[in-house]
Amino acid sequence: MVPIRYQTLAGKSAGYWLLFIALAAVTAIGYAAAHYMEVNGHYVTGMTNQIVWGTPHVFAVFLIVAASGILNVASISSAFGKPEYKPLARLSGLLSIALLVGGLIVLVLDLGRPERLVVAMTYYNFKSIFAWNIFLYVGFLLVVAVYLWMMFEPRMNKYSKPAGIVAFIWRFVLTTGTGSIFGFLVARQAYDAAIMAPMFIVMSLSFGTAIFLVVLVATFQWTSRPLGDDILRRLKNLLAIFVAAVLYLTVAFHLTNLYATEHHGVERFLLLDGGVYTAVFWLIQVVLGGLVPLLILFSPTVSRSRAAIVLAASLVIVGGLAQVYVIIIGGQAYPLVLFPGMEETSTFFDGVVHAYVPSLPELLLGVGGIALSLLIAVIAMRVLPFLPEQLPDSAPHGEDAPTAAAASTAR
Amino acid sequence: MKSATPNTRPDGERRKFLERAGAAAMLLSLAPGVRLVELVLARAEDQPVSAQMRWGLLVDATKCSEGCTDCVDACNDEHGLTGLGRPETDAQYIRKVGLRDKTTGKTHSLPVLCQHCETAPCVDVCPTGASFRRADGIVLVDKHICIGCRYCMMACPFKARSFIHEDLTDQVPESPRGKGTVEGCNFCVHRVDRDREPACVEACTEARHGALVFGDMGNANSALSQKLRELTNRQIRSDLGLNTGVRYHGI
Repeated sequence: MVPIRYQTLAGKSAGYWLLFIALAAVTAIGYAAAHYMEVNGHYVTGMTNQIVWGTPHVFAVFLIVAASGILNVASISSAFGKPEYKPLARLSGLLSIALLVGGLIVLVLDLGRPERLVVAMTYYNFKSIFAWNIFLYVGFLLVVAVYLWMMFEPRMNKYSKPAGIVAFIWRFVLTTGTGSIFGFLVARQAYDAAIMAPMFIVMSLSFGTAIFLVVLVATFQWTSRPLGDDILRRLKNLLAIFVAAVLYLTVAFHLTNLYATEHHGVERFLLLDGGVYTAVFWLIQVVLGGLVPLLILFSPTVSRSRAAIVLAASLVIVGGLAQVYVIIIGGQAYPLVLFPGMEETSTFFDGVVHAYVPSLPELLLGVGGIALSLLIAVIAMRVLPFLPEQLPDSAPHGEDAPTAAAASTAR
Repeated sequence: MKSATPNTRPDGERRKFLERAGAAAMLLSLAPGVRLVELVLARAEDQPVSAQMRWGLLVDATKCSEGCTDCVDACNDEHGLTGLGRPETDAQYIRKVGLRDKTTGKTHSLPVLCQHCETAPCVDVCPTGASFRRADGIVLVDKHICIGCRYCMMACPFKARSFIHEDLTDQVPESPRGKGTVEGCNFCVHRVDRDREPACVEACTEARHGALVFGDMGNANSALSQKLRELTNRQIRSDLGLNTGVRYHGI
């Protein structure tokens, strides 16, 4: 029985500083892009009065959804009592906080009046899902912070299971809230579906596990920590199940819509003749981000390769961004139907597909959010012992490591 | 010397006094009953609006002609919506929509604006309560607490709102606007509160089209209520059950 020993990153190598500087630079560029949008107004972006949520929302929602799902690794360890995942629980909690902060910053910086954040924190309309989400997001950060503390502090270790269960329930509620932002939009043909909430939960598990896999392999490799195949095999199988589940819910969502005549227009748009959205849906979301990763992950031979697993996870991430893009932008591009059975024309773009091209500032802000998330993780790993020293197959992490060893070796 | 002393609230007080005096004079000079209803509606500015009332609008599409934009022009003038030559981001409170029945080919032309729903989706989703509904049925935005999240624009079934995408100049004092916030038709609340009709309605009436009838849906005797009883009318997206304050006849 090998005790789990955690260790901070040395953070002295050229590689560490290069990564740190690169992430800080991209984050700064993202902030500069947001500043540019705020000073000039949103007319410098691709957004219009028709496409009101643009590319920053795609990145923000992706990060927020993934933040909830990436905590799953910790949940499996504490809430479901699978000790194999225990050494990775701290990293899972850290990435969860990092991704949520990155996503929320992007969301806030894309507001028309970001400086009024304090207004959002002091004026509440409790019928608004956005208002619920403000509590859910802030609460989630607190819950995960407490959960991490229980994991780090030897005297509190015994409470890590209940804390893990609270975090597990919290993130289900949180992602239900995020999915319901769209699910509750009764007016829009592309949304207004109860399945949005469970679909977002499964998407979160898929995106989160994929990001976790990539970060895990990268950090262990870059810090020369031994990483066994066992945990990778478990995680890649888990990812495959989540990817399949996302595909299943996507099919269920569209099939339900296809049965209702009133949704034929929007379905035709998304699945058949929506141009870029149809292409992104089929080629990137379904094939590249769904079917190809499934083939890789379920192939007994290919999936033995670590590079293949990382490739599959990366494709899931790209497919996830594509999925959120189709949901958010594609859903708005299809015109609102005010008068069923009538052709509509107006000076306000009624009855026509709305054009949208992501602008550079929007892309930079979104990518800046990802960089900020990773920057937070990279700094935190250097300051606190989030990473196990090693994770070889031979080590049965079957039981709680002696707490004193686990904590003291870290410092 | 005294006249030069800065006085903080002279205009407001004087205006209120004059308005009340004027109202009293009118009440005395008019024959009983003629203007009584409207005068009862005219509340003092420091009095809250009454939930007994519900401001509403009837659009008679049979009198609305294709190509006529009198209502739109009047709205743009009233609120200073000059436009910056960027139709995708320029604000529009009211727009003319052309309809063509896909089966019969019959065409209609009618204005679409904020429908002032009783259960407005924009009010439901607004996180800060900036999007709100007055007791008398007017739905509007408190631009001081709007954070520009645009969730109301996602939620509105009528595409009735605009986001201010850039700095504005030459604003109309009675319709203050601000970059980064959302706005839309407010039934010209500044006029309604002074017993005047919205600019679009006034323009339509002055041009003798008579396609727009504004009034109190809560008062069974109002001209609007009578017209609503007389003409078959419907709500846009009535399937959503929002009980809109704007009704349409002739489509």
